[in-house]
Amino acid sequence: MATVKDFRNDIRPNWCPGCGDFSVQASIQRALAAMGKEPHEVAIISGIGCSGRISGYINTYGFHGVHGRSLPTAQGVKLANRNLTVIASGGDGDGFGIGLNHFMHAVRRNMDITYIVMDNQIYGLTKGQHSPTSAHGFKAKTTPEGNIENALVPTQIALAAGIGFLGQGFSSDVNQLVSLIQQGIQYKGFALINVFSPCVTYNKINTYDWYREHVYNLDNVPDYDPTDRAAAMKMVIETHGLCTGLIYKDESRVAYEDQVPGYAANPLVDEDLHLDAKVFEEAIREFA
Amino acid sequence: MLDQLSWKVGGQQGEGVESTGETFAIALNRQGYYVYSFRHFSSRIKGGHSNDKVRVSLQQFRAAADYTDVLLAFDQESIDLNVGEVRQGGIVIADAKFNPTAPDHVRLFTVPLTKLAEEAGSAIMKNMVSLGASACVLGLPIDIFKEVVEERFSRKGQKIVDQNMLAIQSGFNYIKELGGQDPEFALKPADGTRRLFMMGNDAISLGAMAAGARVMAAYPITPASDVMEYLIKKFPKVGGVVVQTEDEIAAMTMTIGAAYGGARALTATSGPGLSLMMEAIGLSGMTETPVVIVDTQRGGPSTGLPTKQEQSDMLAALFGTHGEIPKIVLNPATPEECFYMMGDAFNLAEQYQCPVIVMTDLQLSLSKQTTEPLKLESVRIDRGDLADKNAVESAAAGEFKRYELTDSGISPRVFPGTKGGLHHVTGVEHMETGRPNETAPNRKKMMEKRMRKLHGVEFPFSVERTGDEQPDILLVGVGSNIGAIGEAMGRLKADGLKVAHVQVRALLPFPTNLLQNAIQDAKQVVVVENNATGQLRNLMSFFNVHHDRISNLLKYDGTPFLPVEIYRYCKELV
Repeated sequence: MATVKDFRNDIRPNWCPGCGDFSVQASIQRALAAMGKEPHEVAIISGIGCSGRISGYINTYGFHGVHGRSLPTAQGVKLANRNLTVIASGGDGDGFGIGLNHFMHAVRRNMDITYIVMDNQIYGLTKGQHSPTSAHGFKAKTTPEGNIENALVPTQIALAAGIGFLGQGFSSDVNQLVSLIQQGIQYKGFALINVFSPCVTYNKINTYDWYREHVYNLDNVPDYDPTDRAAAMKMVIETHGLCTGLIYKDESRVAYEDQVPGYAANPLVDEDLHLDAKVFEEAIREFA
Repeated sequence: MLDQLSWKVGGQQGEGVESTGETFAIALNRQGYYVYSFRHFSSRIKGGHSNDKVRVSLQQFRAAADYTDVLLAFDQESIDLNVGEVRQGGIVIADAKFNPTAPDHVRLFTVPLTKLAEEAGSAIMKNMVSLGASACVLGLPIDIFKEVVEERFSRKGQKIVDQNMLAIQSGFNYIKELGGQDPEFALKPADGTRRLFMMGNDAISLGAMAAGARVMAAYPITPASDVMEYLIKKFPKVGGVVVQTEDEIAAMTMTIGAAYGGARALTATSGPGLSLMMEAIGLSGMTETPVVIVDTQRGGPSTGLPTKQEQSDMLAALFGTHGEIPKIVLNPATPEECFYMMGDAFNLAEQYQCPVIVMTDLQLSLSKQTTEPLKLESVRIDRGDLADKNAVESAAAGEFKRYELTDSGISPRVFPGTKGGLHHVTGVEHMETGRPNETAPNRKKMMEKRMRKLHGVEFPFSVERTGDEQPDILLVGVGSNIGAIGEAMGRLKADGLKVAHVQVRALLPFPTNLLQNAIQDAKQVVVVENNATGQLRNLMSFFNVHHDRISNLLKYDGTPFLPVEIYRYCKELV
């Protein structure tokens, strides 16, 4: 059986020392190993940015695509091989800026994919512009007088779009994050795990300490019911989106690929491509 | 008696013009005639003039006729807009409802279409009355419509079928009483051979399915939507899946994901969608992921002419992504070619591990036409260089070199899920293992590896030359213009000229040598294309195809070439 070590490769991430993304990487590796997955059974599909590099740093199949498009790419991979564990991953700019539309539709479509976002509220790889999750008033290279736009709250958007599984983690709480990733992968449908993953170089406001002070850990709320959508939305609003843990889970939703009429039960990659002559003749007759 | 006929039905969009035209066309196709129909419509659902022009003949034509013999008009606008092309002594059949008027050069038959339909059972059957009227003029028995009517209406019960046949009969009788049966307009009987009747989009869809495509991701756009609509209906029978995505960028990247995952995957779009896909097409080239993109061209730029003919995406298809990637661009001309070329497209995509763009144009995509039998057994499936799964699985641990440097530039693939085949894929410049590497020597090596794949390749099917040696005029065309060119050629030949035709069926890799050889013995070369800047002509110059007497016949008003337009142009040249 594969261990955490099997999910490691020898590539040194180009992340800054102390970057929150290291914890996300380690958490994915721990979660996969704990679940008994083998490296070849997993494909990680990522976008562009510091966080997008993660697909190259974990020893699984990995596809590093174009900015903001990890989700449609990941959905394509899942359709071709429904046996694969498909993880999409990227940052807040990738996922909620350029890729927000895809995110909303991935929620709606509900393929069995786990989406892990490393949210640091800033653009790191392009050296410090504000991001869609940067707070109002936040000063960055492109907001020298303070951000005049409001921040998007990913968890609120996810709930509004009708997501079936919603978790939020924090890079400092690896145990919680590992658990969330495992639950997300086990969930038969689209799961978002938004992770507060501090940028130690460009974001001097939303630091580890800032998050420690501000996050509200649902694991410590004994009567919180993650199957109650209205309660989840209320919690997200009341905590300004800063609650961590399992926020919402809906077991009643059926994954997209389990609803496609006639869709092969086996992975398409294993199917014979030759068209049945009878099916062809039948199709041709409609044009005769 | 006529051995070919040009019939046109016109009216307000949503008034049943399309179903009238289609019923007429299908019925005649089943009699063994060759039928070619072209739809003129606007980008709106109801209202606005639309028409369906149907050519019926004893031999195959791939273009609409220059003129109209019989015009069926549901409103005065249909007469005003189309009567100019009705030939001297031609016939106009019009609904009495709008007190039709027509110029003196035609014979006008006013038929109370709506009233007769109501008498037969319902005003909705006025198109059936009009079909009966047409049949009478053309000396056709109304029985030829029976099968089509049954197929359309038997679900609704025998009574509805009978009412429709009655409506057809009453239209027929009305014209007969008016003395509209004229031997001059009678169609010579056909041999009864039943052939297929389909549009390019149908053939593209069937071709994709026959080629083993099982994933399609696409966003609706005219004139490409039929492809996804067709495959959504058919894929449940073959275990496949069609996703209507949120946009074209998602469509392209999902297609790439599915192809990377090991499926044969396609998307279909038109110009504006192709523009949105360009970044991802670059990703497909860089990651060497085989995808097939169908581009059914329409009038551009921007929203342009969404329901009209143009061939103006050629440069975009060839040059439209940032950076440089190997790419293949195929250009079928007929439904038969659409079908077989989709098979080629998937094979070539996987053999060369690059994007393949199959370009059609609105005329080819949407014109329903008589089509020769399509043979499934002629569709070969070649998945290109796949690494042996057992060998990969049993190989000693170590990274799989997905981008192994080979002489051909093509590196064996493994699909995710394969044990022992772990590798990374990225749009960032990378090494043989797929890991990012930006060093100058690596960049040079990998760039050359990718470019090597198609370097010097010319597909033999790219260029087909027909006609005379040392012609006075040689016509070069692409896509659906094959029909009008072929017909113009026939007329030029009848005038005693030596003529030849070169059809270009692949624009990339550009067939420089094949094209040069095909045109060089001509006295004059005319490149015929539907755009304003002469894209094909310019590509010939760009790719070093030379001729000292070459000219360009361009049409960019949104309508396809009529044979007479090409004929006249050539006559003025010689």
